Amino acid sequence: MAERPMPLWEVFIRSRTGLAHRHVGSVHAADAEMALQAARDTYTRRGEGLSIWVVPSAAITASDPADKGPLFEPTASKIYRHPSFYEIPEEVGHM
Amino acid sequence: MSGRGGRALTTIHLEETPHLTYVLRLADSALVLSHRLSEWCGHAPMLEEDLALANIALDLLGQARLLYEHAAALEGRGRSEDDLAYLRDAPQFKNLLICELPRGDFAFTIVRQTLVSAFFHPYWQLARSSTDRTLAAIAEKAEKEVAYHLRHAGAWLVRLGDGTEESRRRTLEALDTLWPYTGELFEVDAVGEAMIEAGIAPDPASVRPVFEDTLDRLFAEADLPRPAPTWMQTGGLRGVHTEHLGHMLAVMQHLPRAYPGARW
Repeated sequence: MAERPMPLWEVFIRSRTGLAHRHVGSVHAADAEMALQAARDTYTRRGEGLSIWVVPSAAITASDPADKGPLFEPTASKIYRHPSFYEIPEEVGHM
Repeated sequence: MSGRGGRALTTIHLEETPHLTYVLRLADSALVLSHRLSEWCGHAPMLEEDLALANIALDLLGQARLLYEHAAALEGRGRSEDDLAYLRDAPQFKNLLICELPRGDFAFTIVRQTLVSAFFHPYWQLARSSTDRTLAAIAEKAEKEVAYHLRHAGAWLVRLGDGTEESRRRTLEALDTLWPYTGELFEVDAVGEAMIEAGIAPDPASVRPVFEDTLDRLFAEADLPRPAPTWMQTGGLRGVHTEHLGHMLAVMQHLPRAYPGARW
């Protein structure tokens, strides 16, 4: 009997030392609760995580790799956008 | 007969006090159930579940190791956790019968894990105030682990019970087979009485209301009927086992008995 494939979920973990959740991989699970458990069992086995997000892979809209040129190349010539042309006054201290 | 590693190959016999017997019961149940779960490694229905079951097995193995270490210290004859796990025969094992039944299908494994965890979660919670300080410390660790086992198995139980026609049928069959093994969870013999009296063991009777509540909640959500009261299996605590334990131990103990002192 053909079974419906389990939906795919993208997993994001915030580590002990990290401030943001980082994409670590994906899991198969029937629903959100089971996806969280699968993520816990698959990606936090060595004490990596303090928080887990799971997102249905289907909910992610991705850019087309073929659009690489129009999307990303125009920024290459705009080096003035990097904040490396300014003197930071002493008083500001560490930024 | 002595082994190449200089250790005895033969079965050991412990001088059991009620305290030692009680700790061995807990250790044996954890080890035997851990082994049954480990049999899923590489066979689970999906990779994620393969890891989940192996994780639970490793939690239980960790509990078993601490309990055997404690038992060995109580006996005070310099034996190791490995001696207790690998050099005793089936009649010396005092695990709950429900732990030794073959792994069955996935529904069977989930129903068993739900029933056992629904009992042991409140049991370990109470054991945190045991007068046996080592046991109380082990309970502190085990309670958190079993809370997750219950959450995981319970979530699957709901999905299998209220899932497809086939998953429901298999879940009901598993429940039918396993329910008569739940009486043993609450069994109290002379050893149990002495331990409760000494404040070492929690009274299983005070675990029952939580156990019943957990099952009421899960079974309602899974749309499963509560099993009717029935005749209950007994024997594990006295070392009287099903025919399955001997076979399991033969597999589990083969390597350390054939190659004493073997190391990775």
